[in-house]
Formats: sequence, C-alpha cells, structure tokens
Amino acid sequence: MSGHSTYEPKTGIERWLDVRLPILRFANDTVVTFPTPKNLNYWYTFGGILALMLGIQIVTGIVLAMHYVPHVDMAFNSVQRIKRDVNYGWLIQGMHANGASMFFLAVYVHMFRGLYYGSYKAPREVLWILGCVIYLVMIITAFMGYVLPWGQMSFHGAVVITNLIGALPVVGPAITTWLWGGFAVDDATLNRFFSLHYLLPFVIAGVVALHIWALHVPGNSNPKGVEVKSEADTVPFHPYYTVKDGFAISVFLLLYAAFVFFAPDALGDAVNYVKANPLVTPAHIVPEWYLLPFYAILRALPNKLLGVIAMFGAIATLFVLPWLDTSKVRSMRYRPAIRLWYFIFFIDCIVLGFCGAHAPDDLVIPGVSGLQLGDANLNSFVWLSRFAATFYFAYFWVITPLMGLTETPLKVPESISEPVLSHPASAPMGAMASPEKRG
Amino acid sequence: MLRKAFAFAALGLALMAGPALAGATHAEPKDVHWSFEGPFGKFDTAQVQRGYKVYREVCSACHSMEQMYFRNLGQKGGPFYDEKYKNPNDNPYVKSLAKDLQVKDIDADTGDVIQRPAGSADRFPAPFPNEPAARAANGGALPPDLSVIVKAREGGPQYVYSILTGYKDPPPGLKTGPNQYYNPYMSGDMTSSWSGKGPVPEGGFIAMPPPLVDGRVTFDDKSPSMLSQEAKDVVAYLAWASDPKATERKEFGLGAMIYLFFFSVLLWFSYRRVWKNIGH
Ligand code: HEC
Ligand code: HEM
Repeated sequence: MSGHSTYEPKTGIERWLDVRLPILRFANDTVVTFPTPKNLNYWYTFGGILALMLGIQIVTGIVLAMHYVPHVDMAFNSVQRIKRDVNYGWLIQGMHANGASMFFLAVYVHMFRGLYYGSYKAPREVLWILGCVIYLVMIITAFMGYVLPWGQMSFHGAVVITNLIGALPVVGPAITTWLWGGFAVDDATLNRFFSLHYLLPFVIAGVVALHIWALHVPGNSNPKGVEVKSEADTVPFHPYYTVKDGFAISVFLLLYAAFVFFAPDALGDAVNYVKANPLVTPAHIVPEWYLLPFYAILRALPNKLLGVIAMFGAIATLFVLPWLDTSKVRSMRYRPAIRLWYFIFFIDCIVLGFCGAHAPDDLVIPGVSGLQLGDANLNSFVWLSRFAATFYFAYFWVITPLMGLTETPLKVPESISEPVLSHPASAPMGAMASPEKRG
Repeated sequence: MLRKAFAFAALGLALMAGPALAGATHAEPKDVHWSFEGPFGKFDTAQVQRGYKVYREVCSACHSMEQMYFRNLGQKGGPFYDEKYKNPNDNPYVKSLAKDLQVKDIDADTGDVIQRPAGSADRFPAPFPNEPAARAANGGALPPDLSVIVKAREGGPQYVYSILTGYKDPPPGLKTGPNQYYNPYMSGDMTSSWSGKGPVPEGGFIAMPPPLVDGRVTFDDKSPSMLSQEAKDVVAYLAWASDPKATERKEFGLGAMIYLFFFSVLLWFSYRRVWKNIGH
C-alpha cells in the first residue's frame, strides 16, 4: 500500500484495468510481493488466523441468520431447529459458537505477542490502536451474539451487563431504558441485539482493512525489534509467509475442529441450555471464558460505578500503552528485567479469569480461614481479584514506564540478517537470555 | 527466572481448583460409563429403544419434550431407524408409536378443537396444557422439559442418572415438607430443615417423587428391569434426544481431523522446502 510497487501487468486486460482500478496491483503488493522480515516466528501467524476466523464467523453467521428467529418465544427453539433439522445445521452452529472462542483465543495470543515484541511502539501506534478497536468491537459483538440463543445465561448476562450502564450518575437509567427499548431486557432488546450482532462484524472487517493498511506502511515488526534495513532482511510474502501462515492455520483448525466435533459444549455453560426465564435467576451468572478477566475486575470493586470505570479502564489502558512504555528497545528479547514482569502479567490475567468464574465470596484455598483482616477475608476470590486487578493496572501504569527508565537492556543486533551467530541465544554474551530459540 | 514464574503459575492454578457454591451442596454424580462417551462412542440402539419406552411409560406423564417429533425416532441415528424408510415419516413402526397418542387439532370443517391420533410428523404431545397446570399437578413445582436435559445440567448423563437412582430416606433430623424428597445429588442448601447431629447433609430436596423403581417398566427385549437398568436406559435415550446428531458429528469430525492432519503435514514439508535457502 506504500512504497513503490513492483507489479507489472502482463496481459492486456490487466494493463487496461491497472490504469482504471489498480486492484490487482493492490492485491499483488499486499499479499504477493510485500517485503516481510524473514525472521517472523509462529507467534506472528495469528494475524492470518484471525482474518480466517472473522471470515468463518461471518459466513456461518449469515447462514445461521437465515434460520434463526429473533423473538423471545422462538429464539431458543429456533437454535434447536438449526441443530436438529437444518442440513448440517449442527456443523454451522457448532462452528459459529466455538468459532467465537477460537477467535478470542487467537486475538489473545496476537495481543500478547504484540506486548512481548513491542509491536505497539513507534511507528506502529495507530496500528496498535486499531487493533484495540477491533478487540473492543469483538467483545461487544460476542456479548450480543451470546444473548441470541436466549438461554438462561444469555438473558441474565444481558441483564447484568446492561444494568452496569445504569450505574452512571444521572443519565444512567435513561440510557439503559433506551438500550433496552423498554423497561426490561425483552423482545425489543433481543431484536436490536440481533441487528447489531449482524452489523458489527462488518464494522470489524472495515477496521481490519485499516489495521492492515497501517501495517503495510511501516511493515511488520519482528522478534528482534530492529527495523528492516535492506532487502536482505526480507522475503516476499508469497510464497514464504503464505506457506508458513498456511501451516499454522491448518494446525489451528485442528484444534478448532477438535472442539466443534468432539466437545462442542466444553466451552459453553450448561445453564444456557435452559430457556430464558426472567423469574428464575441462575445461582451463578458468568460470561463466556474470554470475558472473565474483565468480569473479575468489574466485581473487584465494592461500588458498581467504580467497577464499571475499572473495567473500561482496563481496556482503555491498552489504547494508551504506546505512550506508557518509555523503553527505546522494542523487543523484550533484549529486555530481561521486564520479561519476568511480563510473564507475571500473563499469569495475572489467567488468575483474573479464575476469579471471574468464581463467586466473590468463595474461598480460594478451601478450608483455610485464618486470613481474616477486619471483616475482609483475604482468602476469598473477591480479594484475590483485587490484588490481581491492582497488578493489572500496575503493570501498565507503573512497571512499564519505570522499567523502561531503569533497566539495562542487552545489546540489540544491528540488523535482522546479522549473522545468525549473534542471536542472543547462541552468542557468547547474554546467552540464556532469550525465552525462545526460534527466530 | 522463567522457571520460577512457571512454578508459581502451576502452584497458583493448583490452589484455585474449584470450590463449589457457598451454601448449596450436592454429592458428586456417580461414575457411570456410557457407550456414547468419547470421540468414537455411539449410542446403543437397543438401549435407546428401551429408554424411549421408559420415557413414554413413566416420565412423559409429567415431562414434555418439545423439541422432539415422532419422526426423529426413525431418522438416521435414531432408535427406530430403518434403512427401508429413508424418509422417517414413512417408517411404519414410528407411525404405530405415534398412533398410540392423541394430539390436539382443529377440525377443518367445523373449526372445533378435536383430538386425533398423532402421526410421525407431530411433535411429542405435552402432558399439561400450560405451566400453571403443570405446577398445579406437581405440588407447585414445574417438571422441566427434557429435550436437552442432559446438556442443560452440569455432569450431563452422570448427573441425571444419579438423580434418578440417588433418592434416599431423609436422615433423622431432616425435616421434609410436602412434595419434598431428599436427594443427595440435587444441589441445595438444607440448613433450615436440619436439626440433626453433625453437619448439614449433602444435597437438597427435589419435588419429583422417585419416578423409577425395580420392575416399573417391562422391556420388550426381556432385559432385566432393575431400577439401575431403567435409569441407565432412559438416560441414554435422553442423551440421544439432547444431541441426536452426535454420531454423525463424530464421524464427520474424524474425517475432518484426518484430512486436516495430512494437510498440515503436507504444508509443513512445503514450508521446509520453500524456506530451505533462507537463513533465519
Ligand atoms: C410425577 C411427575 C414426574 C414424573 C413421573 C417424572 N418427573 Fe422428573 N420432575 C418432576 C418434577 C415436579 C420436577 C421438578 C423438581 C424440582 O424442581 O424440584 C422434576 C425434575 C426432573 C429433573 C430435573 C432435576 C434438576 O436437576 O432440576 C430430571 C432430570 C427429571 N425430572 C427426570 C425425570 C425422568 C428421567 C423421569 C422418568 C423416569 C421423570 N423425571 C419422571 C416430576 C416428575
Ligand atoms: C466477530 C464475529 C462474530 C462473533 C465473535 C460472534 C459470536 C457469537 C456468539 C458467541 C454467539 C452465541 C453462540 C451460542 O452460544 O450458541 C453467536 C450467535 C449468533 N450469531 Fe454470531 N458472531 C460473529 C459474527 C456473526 C455474523 C456476521 C452473523 C450474521 C451475519 C452472526 C449471526 C449469529 C446468529 C444468527 C446467532 C444465533 C444462533 C446461535 O446462537 O448459534 N454472527 N455469535
């Protein structure tokens, strides 16, 4: 999309088209000749995986929408009809429901990759922010999608989350009523959620196009974090990365297929197989696994409004990360000091996920009761989520800026194609520093 | 450093392994094995046939199965599938099963509501016309629809089997109200009904009277009709009804996995070959 193009139209039709709508040139420059750093590892294949998952969600979603009925009395049964009577409906529905989980799995790997290799740093801030926008819209889309089958968890999850907006002072209740299209989560809510759930994936697709545009201006980052210096540092996207991404996609599809065919309900909640009933509240209202960490942050605070602010703050923080990181060194491969914090942060997110799945007052270590502090039981999930949420914010707002100023990074290689020998994993100096040997 | 971080992680995860709901308790479901478990498991047709009989003769008095049509019994993978009748609506055995039951209809000439024998395209008739009627007949409790019950409960078939076979006489000190039956596998909090010695017993009250006893159903294939057999069979039937495409799904999946596996291997070698001369 930038730089000069190496495309040469070969046939008359291509030449004719090229001066009118250079779409073939565009395609060629984007996915064929695009110069790509030659040292991208498998963590870099998840962008391609994500694009495929978005495609799968859209295609399966459109077919589902042909059979799905967005009405409180019929939605649940219509999903059952899809699974039982529509030809290969069980496959389409299973791919869509599990596809959402796989989509999030891939986006989390993709984001943690960006975090580790400093992909958000100049000149890729806009690229990173567009990624955050995609993630945010994905969350909203998945939340609304989960409401559609109109099971118990769909309904009560929708009630809990829409009620959060009611916590806003003064305008909250009015906005909630406006969102609901009435005075409760009901038919009007289900209909608009369906409408928006259909719309938003196309918004995502639009932002993905911008995301890729913003990628192709500075080009890919890479595990070494040094910019491309010469042509020797790169290979054309095709065939080098089409085949590598293709291999990774195929392995990813194996995992996806294992869920769709052999454990289609493993990631879901049994309660959502019970038809929505506003009068019966499930004992435990929990979102899908991929939203649990934010749910834990939401419930970590004793006040609903503060909880909502913290939850949105946790996502908003990601947007400003490029300006929180003070380090000039891009890749954590050369930043041993922050690397430890990075891994703790990863574990922290998983801990938050566990906290989100448990009732706040459940004991973390069953049977241990000696951790009472006033009327606070430090051995409860609510307290664990408080510690974990504090660390979540501290990682971005304290550790990241401070480490950049205080750490001593390892020597960064001059260029990507500097002899393989000087890879820190094999070099005499700074050996053992690299967490992964591939590059 | 890294190793330490992982050790911490493992420890953390081990410590967090799930305590149950505070207050409500229940016994762990019994460990039962099923022919339909696992990636290669299939429903045992004879067992599902017997299970249908249990449902029809016992459970259907109280429980609807609104996702089920008679034709489902004769579809591929169903208990009464017959290769001769690719269209399950034509399956004579299914027709005869349906004919035994009455469904509501409208008389085309008079517009009156009438009852007629069911056909294979009809939905299983519900035992009660509406929810208040169902509650009124069951001491205020609502018998849930059983179409997807095996998917709708944590523990699936093990859980439903445990409920059906798990009824116990209430231990001394446990006060049971009218329409309350003690079942350790039912999740509940019985603190307020407990005046016995020791901790509150596990489990809760269920409003369903024990539906199965030894000899409740006479099986056509002369299988012994102990409680455990009846329960196992009806659960197998309910598991099939909850997921009638399970066998088709697994067979399709096996093919898909094998295909993807070889495709991945092929791509791996292509990758090695394409990248052969690139130092990286
Ligand atoms: C006399 C009416 C009656 C019959 C017959 C009956 N049930 Fe029930 N069943 C009920 C009622 C009422 C409930 C609701 C219990 C409650 O909510 O406490 C129930 C609940 C259940 C539940 C749900 C338990 C839970 O976890 O909430 C299952 C499973 C079940 N029945 C299975 C069966 C099966 C299988 C049969 C046939 C073998 C059967 N029932 C026969 C009345 C009946
Ligand atoms: C970003 C992409 C998407 C995500 C993350 C997503 C996510 C989800 C989720 C989590 C569900 C609930 C599944 C269940 O638990 O049963 C769902 C349902 C549904 N989605 Fe999507 N979806 C996406 C795109 C689409 C698109 C593009 C369409 C339509 C064109 C669509 C149509 C539907 C329909 C009709 C349902 C209800 C049927 C069902 O529950 O299976 N989805 N979606």
